[in-house]
Amino acid sequence: MSEKIKKVDNIFSKDCNCKDILAKTLKKDKDSFIQELIDSGLKGRGGAGFPTGLKWKFAKMAEGDEKFVICNADEGEPGTFKDRVILQEVPQKVLGGMALCGHIIGAKKGFIYLRGEYAWMKQDLQKAIDEMHDAFKTMKLDFFIDIRMGSGAYVCGEETALIESMEGKRGEPRNKPPFPASIGFRGKPTVVNNVETLVYTLMIAHIGAPEFKSLGTADSAGSKVFSISGDTPIPGVYELELGMKLSDFVEEFGDGDTKAVQVGGASGFCVPRRKFNDTVIGFEGIPTGGSMMLFNSHRSMYNVLHNYLDFFVEESCGQCTPCRVGCQQLLKGIEAVKSKERDSSYLNELIKLSETMHTASKCGLGQSVANSFNSIVEEFTEEIMY
Amino acid sequence: MTKMINLKINDIPVTVEEGATILDAAKKANFKVPTLCNHSDLCVAGNCRVCVVEQVGARNLQASCAVPAAEGMEILTSSAKVRRARKNIIELLLSEHRTDCTKCYKNGKCELQDLATEYAVGDNIYIDLVPFNDYSVDLSSPSIMKDDSKCIRCQRCVRTCAEMQQVAAIAVANKGSEQKISTFFDKPMANVVCTNCGQCIIRCPTGALVERNSIDEVFDAIYDPDKHVVVQTAPAVRIALGEDLDFEPGERVTGKLVTSLKLLGFDSVLDTDFTADLTIMEEGTELLTRLKKALVDGDKDVALPMTTSCSPGWIKFIEHKFPQLLSNVSTCKSPQQMFGALAKTYYAQKRNIDPSKIVSVSIMPCTAKKYEANRPEMRDSGYKDVDYVLTTRELARMIKQAGIDFKSLEDNNYDSIMGVSTGAAVIFGATGGVMEAAIRTAYEIVTGKEVPFKNLNITPVRGMEGVKEASVKIEGCVEDWKFLEGVELKVAIAHGLVNANNVLQAVKNGKADYHFIEIMACPGGCLGGGGQPIPTSLEIRNKRTAAIYEEDMNMPFRKSHENPEIKLIYEDFLGEPLGHKSHELLHTHYTEREAY
Amino acid sequence: MIQTKTIVQELVKKHGNNRESLIPVLQGIVEKNNYITDEDIIEIANTLDISAGEIYGTTSFYTFLDTEKRGKYVIRVCKSIIAVMKGKAEIIKTIENILNIKVGETTPDNKFSLLEANDIGWSDKEPSMLINEKVYTELTPEKTTEIIESYLRD
Ligand SMILES: Cc1cc2nc3c(=O)[nH]c(=O)nc-3n(C[C@H](O)[C@H](O)[C@H](O)COP(=O)(O)O)c2cc1C
Ligand code: SF4
Ligand code: SF4
Ligand code: SF4
Ligand code: SF4
Ligand code: FES
Repeated sequence: MSEKIKKVDNIFSKDCNCKDILAKTLKKDKDSFIQELIDSGLKGRGGAGFPTGLKWKFAKMAEGDEKFVICNADEGEPGTFKDRVILQEVPQKVLGGMALCGHIIGAKKGFIYLRGEYAWMKQDLQKAIDEMHDAFKTMKLDFFIDIRMGSGAYVCGEETALIESMEGKRGEPRNKPPFPASIGFRGKPTVVNNVETLVYTLMIAHIGAPEFKSLGTADSAGSKVFSISGDTPIPGVYELELGMKLSDFVEEFGDGDTKAVQVGGASGFCVPRRKFNDTVIGFEGIPTGGSMMLFNSHRSMYNVLHNYLDFFVEESCGQCTPCRVGCQQLLKGIEAVKSKERDSSYLNELIKLSETMHTASKCGLGQSVANSFNSIVEEFTEEIMY
Repeated sequence: MTKMINLKINDIPVTVEEGATILDAAKKANFKVPTLCNHSDLCVAGNCRVCVVEQVGARNLQASCAVPAAEGMEILTSSAKVRRARKNIIELLLSEHRTDCTKCYKNGKCELQDLATEYAVGDNIYIDLVPFNDYSVDLSSPSIMKDDSKCIRCQRCVRTCAEMQQVAAIAVANKGSEQKISTFFDKPMANVVCTNCGQCIIRCPTGALVERNSIDEVFDAIYDPDKHVVVQTAPAVRIALGEDLDFEPGERVTGKLVTSLKLLGFDSVLDTDFTADLTIMEEGTELLTRLKKALVDGDKDVALPMTTSCSPGWIKFIEHKFPQLLSNVSTCKSPQQMFGALAKTYYAQKRNIDPSKIVSVSIMPCTAKKYEANRPEMRDSGYKDVDYVLTTRELARMIKQAGIDFKSLEDNNYDSIMGVSTGAAVIFGATGGVMEAAIRTAYEIVTGKEVPFKNLNITPVRGMEGVKEASVKIEGCVEDWKFLEGVELKVAIAHGLVNANNVLQAVKNGKADYHFIEIMACPGGCLGGGGQPIPTSLEIRNKRTAAIYEEDMNMPFRKSHENPEIKLIYEDFLGEPLGHKSHELLHTHYTEREAY
Repeated sequence: MIQTKTIVQELVKKHGNNRESLIPVLQGIVEKNNYITDEDIIEIANTLDISAGEIYGTTSFYTFLDTEKRGKYVIRVCKSIIAVMKGKAEIIKTIENILNIKVGETTPDNKFSLLEANDIGWSDKEPSMLINEKVYTELTPEKTTEIIESYLRD
């Protein structure tokens, strides 16, 4: 590991006992822990980056005879697999984070929404839950965790679609507001957090906000778990300090011939080589739910974009116009330009269209198609055309 | 007190109640924001996105129909950003749409077309996606045509069918580019639980769901010199037809309706109201008979409460969903089918016309009546009792096609026989109307006195509440009905199948002690039927309701049993209510159907 | 195939008689029979009192809640861009050759169905595939052949 990239051992460190951390934190004042979370600057690791402390605060303040904690383990973003590793390696930490959240906001029930593709880990996870339930009992913590399985729909990672799905319906995102923290699962206040976020909350309880914040930048406090794939000799999951320069990242993980890095999965941004130096990975630069896909000069960016658009055409929930039809138009559009049925100026129309999708789609899926589309089309116009 | 919210729409300050949407606020500030998926009868969907507006300071646009107005918001309803997005969205919708307006049944009455016109979407810049979709047109139902290539996926139909009708015959299926409005395993509409009520049709903004029309067939019959074409008009047609012919909602056009039918060339213009009165005689007697069996004879098998049977959407609903309660349904045919059976028997005899030459047409506020007329059991006259059913909308179209200036028409009266009716019959068109008409007559049969309500207006059974309950204490019975002395007759009225479902559930669980239940498949009763002019809203249905009760008050006879033609038909033809002839022609049976 | 009625009733008993249990019940059917039939849905509709049309609509939203006839082993090869880069095409070809079916098809003996899936979460170890719930990663044509053959012997 180079000097410039700081590898962190927080999430996966085994030299802490999450049950002890939980037991200790349960004795603390709830509001002051929320304050600590807010002070830590922890933002959601699922992609949207909402301050976790605030989310918990809203849910705690929200009125409801029942509240829920949901761990979002849908991990459907192409190129993302870090939640898989976290759930395999340190499930207790995830469960501890859920219990902590439940304790703080006043929820007695938690759910892990596990993507159907990860059904193979369900048994192990259930074992970890059973064990944790015993620990809750000794702590006199009234909290129960259940697993709900996804069934192969990417959009169900969107928190309101996830809730719809848990309620037995099609995973169509809801109108927001209201947000789940006030009206969520079964209409009750609900915190939906990413797997990794939940672990960090427990780790902040352990090491304290100042130490967490000592890493990262003002906007992107702490570290983050990255899923690194593509043209790299060392694909895998790494916990790295936020705020790194992409050039440093590429130096560390690239194969020496990196042409572009797709930051944040299919719904993220494509950064070409010439911008590696000016690109910061973090909320002030390019945020990511963890996916970093590296492409070397042998790769066709047309194929990359085509693959992403195919994915969106299939995985859009289909309810709203800009996304359902827009995705198809973008896909058919680049095909038409490639085959010369339309001339290159049509790409400008498509960029305008993607802007409309960004501003007018109902949920983050349709809103973020423009990210990869515009960045790839603008940076690799020639590859799209010829 | 409700909290008030202050915001600005295009720089104009407005104040709205908490909970109001940005769309409401814009309306209040007199700005129109286009909508497609939004409908005042339905829950908010927020999926079409044409109603997006700009909130100053926000990166993303807001769907004004779905976002609540918030204090201090500054909204722009037509900024550059909004216009561009909105136009794009309309273009997108058109790109997956088979836009052949001139061939489309909704041409000129289509919300999508209006928007496309308003935004001057000429050359669509986007790629035509129609060839990539294997859209299908479903013509299996006698009532409804479903054309997926015209569908904009606004889900109004789905919400209607689920929220208002609790049928959910149609649902959203698949996701992504494959998403569509589908039935169970994509079966034809005729093979699923659809009641043919047409509520989805009157809320579909495009040509994706429309009625199957019989306009040409009816014109052909009219022009056929060999045929004697009789037409009957349902109660709710006369108070709504005007809406499709330049009148405001709630204007009664009964006289003009009759004149226009004569001008169209129908040989005899008759009234379903006549058989509505007849229904009261038959159904009232049936109810009293069931009560007698239950109360006097102690017959445990007699099914009570008895429910009405004049709404064919309702009939199909119970056949699918509560077949175990079918014996509770009155065996009376609907007024349309009673009329049809009599047109080719009684009327033919009286007028001395060969029934095989009679073409019987009905004008209905209802699409389910098309299905009903096609039921195999509806041939008791020896012929198809009702040959063609036209909706109110189809009639308006015929009137336009014939170049009739409806507004300037003189009033005319219905022909006879089978053209005289009462106020009791006309209120069949409103929820509670059958009940009111039945009580007016039954009470008088049993007690010899008029119902003790001012002007015969039984107000407790009126109004738009989903389920209404009322009771009438029966006092001073005449000899024959002494067993009813002191009985509190308990009734319930439900309109819209979601309410019907609730009442039936209670009946099924033995939690309802009613004697008689009136059920209409459509919200508001027939006046809100699936064959009525589009658009529909609670406000419009209320106006139609008021018109119906006005019509009632203006009728010379207000009680079915006082209808002189009713007296005549029993004397000359039927004998007595529930008599042999009635059974043969006016009553029917029901069929258990699949639950999907 | 296990009798529709019993399996639905058992699943409902396990997961509860309400809308929320719909998806777990459907998942249970897929686990047992690999796909969902119209009879299954009718039985669920009657039991949970949800319209069959709506259940179909819900089912068809989820890729894994298949309503098309599927074999005993459903093979889902990841088709993410990383999988493509790492040789997905060859893996598909290998399987197609062994089983003599194309993507989207089921073998005549109803033993295998071959499908492609969106990212299954193994971009660090592509190419990858799921066979029912089991995952196989870092596939090569040889490794794939071995795996499929082991199922063939089954
Ligand atoms: C299409 C779409 C898919 C998403 N998928 C996931 C996911 O798989 N996992 C996740 O944690 N968040 C996902 N999100 C983000 C969630 O909506 C939500 O913001 C997140 O779970 C909140 O948790 P966090 O604040 O801890 O990040 C997705 C969002 C969208 C729009
Ligand atoms: S943006 Fe796409 S995924 Fe989101 S609601 Fe709209 S159609 Fe569904
Ligand atoms: S549905 Fe509307 S826009 Fe479409 S073809 Fe018909 S009239 Fe034209
Ligand atoms: S006609 Fe009525 S029952 Fe049939 S799909 Fe339309 S709303 Fe549903
Ligand atoms: S059929 Fe009509 S109402 Fe239903 S989704 Fe399509 S356009 Fe909307
Ligand atoms: S009218 Fe607002 S989103 Fe359709």
